[in-house]
Amino acid sequence: MDFLNAIIVLLNFTVIPALAYGSQLALGAIFVTLIYAVLRFANFATGDMMSFGTMFAVILTYYFQSLGIGLGVLPTALLTIPFAILMMILYMLIIDKFVFSYYRIKKSPPVQFAMVSVGVMFVTQALIRIIIGPSDRRFLDGEKFILKATEFKEMTGLAEGITLKSTQAITIIVTLIVVSIMFWFLNRTKTGTSMRAYSDNEDLALLSGIDPKRVVLITWVIAGILATIGGVLYGLDKSYRPFVYFNNMLPIFAAAIVGGIGNPFGAFLGGYVIAFAEIFVTYAYKRFISYLLPEHLEPDSLLQLLSTDYKFAVSFSILVIVLLIRPSGIFKGKVI
Amino acid sequence: MRNYKNVIAAYSIMIFLIILVGIFQSWSIALTILNYCLISAVMTIGANIQWGYAGLINFGIMGYTALGGLAVVLVSVEPVKKAWQVGGLNILACIWIIVAIIFVVKFILNRFEKSKLRNYSVASVILGGIILLRVTAAPGIEAIESVDPAKTGFLGGMGLPVLFSWIVGALLAGSLAFVIGKIALGLRADYLAIATLLIAEIIVSIIKHEEWLARGVKNVIGLKRPAPYEIDLQTSEWFINLVTKFNSSKLNLSNSISDKQEALNQMVIDASSVYVKLCFTGLFLTVVIILLIVTQKALYSPWGRKMRAIRDNEEAASAMGKNIVKEHLLIFILGSAIVGLAGAMMVTNDGLFTPGSYRPMRYTFVIWVMVIVGGTGNNFGAILGGFVVWFLWVEAAPIALFLINLFTSHLPETNAVRVHLIESAPYFRFLVIGIGLLLIMRYRPQGIIPEKIIKQ
Repeated sequence: MDFLNAIIVLLNFTVIPALAYGSQLALGAIFVTLIYAVLRFANFATGDMMSFGTMFAVILTYYFQSLGIGLGVLPTALLTIPFAILMMILYMLIIDKFVFSYYRIKKSPPVQFAMVSVGVMFVTQALIRIIIGPSDRRFLDGEKFILKATEFKEMTGLAEGITLKSTQAITIIVTLIVVSIMFWFLNRTKTGTSMRAYSDNEDLALLSGIDPKRVVLITWVIAGILATIGGVLYGLDKSYRPFVYFNNMLPIFAAAIVGGIGNPFGAFLGGYVIAFAEIFVTYAYKRFISYLLPEHLEPDSLLQLLSTDYKFAVSFSILVIVLLIRPSGIFKGKVI
Repeated sequence: MRNYKNVIAAYSIMIFLIILVGIFQSWSIALTILNYCLISAVMTIGANIQWGYAGLINFGIMGYTALGGLAVVLVSVEPVKKAWQVGGLNILACIWIIVAIIFVVKFILNRFEKSKLRNYSVASVILGGIILLRVTAAPGIEAIESVDPAKTGFLGGMGLPVLFSWIVGALLAGSLAFVIGKIALGLRADYLAIATLLIAEIIVSIIKHEEWLARGVKNVIGLKRPAPYEIDLQTSEWFINLVTKFNSSKLNLSNSISDKQEALNQMVIDASSVYVKLCFTGLFLTVVIILLIVTQKALYSPWGRKMRAIRDNEEAASAMGKNIVKEHLLIFILGSAIVGLAGAMMVTNDGLFTPGSYRPMRYTFVIWVMVIVGGTGNNFGAILGGFVVWFLWVEAAPIALFLINLFTSHLPETNAVRVHLIESAPYFRFLVIGIGLLLIMRYRPQGIIPEKIIKQ
């Protein structure tokens, strides 16, 4: 019984939150990695682009709520995602047309691209703050919990309970659906194959008649979908705050590089690696251990490797270690 | 000669703008802006050494700035004796443990062949070391943080003069850069950018959360100053006499003695703040000029030519027998040390150390915009970039507010759009900086004052 309780404590406080957080990071990391593989630059505007897409979802959610349109138990935001994605793709294409395409045609070095994306980051951040302001917003409605700890305890008769927030379940399910569709698209369709060819060897792809404009367009479309969905899921789970989204860029980069930048599957797993590492290292194992050990051996301290303040620092340290030992990431990068 | 005309014209416009602020807003604000411009200029000189001279992309400027600021606290604050008594030993033991871990890891790395076993043993040494560190440090940290937590709760510094901390800040930042350079300099340019960005985050989060070190997010206030305090000035005879002398014509206008006294008091208060800021301006200007002379000399020395050769063609330079790894490391350390110096200067100017305020937006990306806008590879350009961008960063909000009021003046006061725009005026600075950067990158990628190569 105690063993079961210990497992449930671990599930409730580490595995479920890490799965949800990892899914959000994974979507962002695939976004980073796709841009890196096809357009060949590190996009420093990642966090703010995700924030920009989420902003539309937030505004539309408020609008739909005022109209009385909703999804019942599901959050209204899910209904607004398609519209937000459209706006996001439009914004990305405008940015690409006026900013990035010039440097792509000139074949500028990646560093110059990165600096340009810093400019885009500033502009996007300004637009977000001017349109919606920097404050903290919650836009979750509908049912909050699928399973409450008390209900679980009653059902099983255990001393510990599992809480499953609806946002966590939605995050994991939506991520799995989106990611599987995307991998199917990249690996099985002709357009996906042409994208991979373009990423592998640009000159050869051009020779075999692949239209670079189309590839770039499709990349931005996929990027817009991933950025918006990732951003909205994060916003539903925590809350929408532009500054936090900017900061999230850093673990997302870490996830993309840990997985092997340029490799979407690596980025997908990298998201979970980072999330699990962050949560496992900063979790206080006192309750977990006290179930496993006999009573007189119970530990006094929290049994925490690092305090939760260092959550981000953990993921960055993992990144540094990966860069040192295996710079191409866990899964070899630079191909999609 | 035409190039120099450009430089002189650009700087004259900048000075003119700051004087305009002095006339329209106040001299105190103008001097604050000027001081920050000078600090930004030091930072851009540092970043320009790395990016302009050697082509190294360092997005970790925030980390070095914070470390420079930390140096001010560690050097100038009086030591908290009680905290040292209760927890000093533990902290000293921790330092020894860290040193021991480093030596053991180095020993293992040098002694054994590359293998899985070696990796595991290094990992276990580090992990065991961290656990040992936590066990040793925990009681000490708790004891230190409970010593009068509202006022101290940290170890304090060495109680030395504050100017000394500028050198220490540079040294600290330089030694950190040595470590980071050893780890990350082999990476490709954009990987290096991301790695340095993240490492800077780690440093700031350590400074933020280790309260025994510098009070963390509780901030350290009332740091020492190299300049006199306003209160002392306002009561000292010579200063009041000086103000009277300067404003004698104005003072003579008022008839009654009480009016005169009141006007004089106000003037003394204003003048004391301006005087203190002028003292800082003098100090900062000295630093900027010294750095400018040194970097300018270095740029046109054989060493500078070597750096440019490495930047422009690594393979060729390497074939000529230049040690690229060593030179990159050296320039990484030098540039970072200058940024650390700027960080120390900034905290000295503010008189307080607020680890919570170190954010990558303000301390990394804005500095980079300064370097790119001003002109990479040219010190005059970098300094000008520091001035222009800082000026825009500060003055964008008032200018935006003025423009919004101008263009929406036909709308009623309560119009939703107008109210919203006026509320979001502070965020126009991001827009101005972003669009400015994009325009410069597109139409003048070499910056306002481009690099110029003197043929010798």
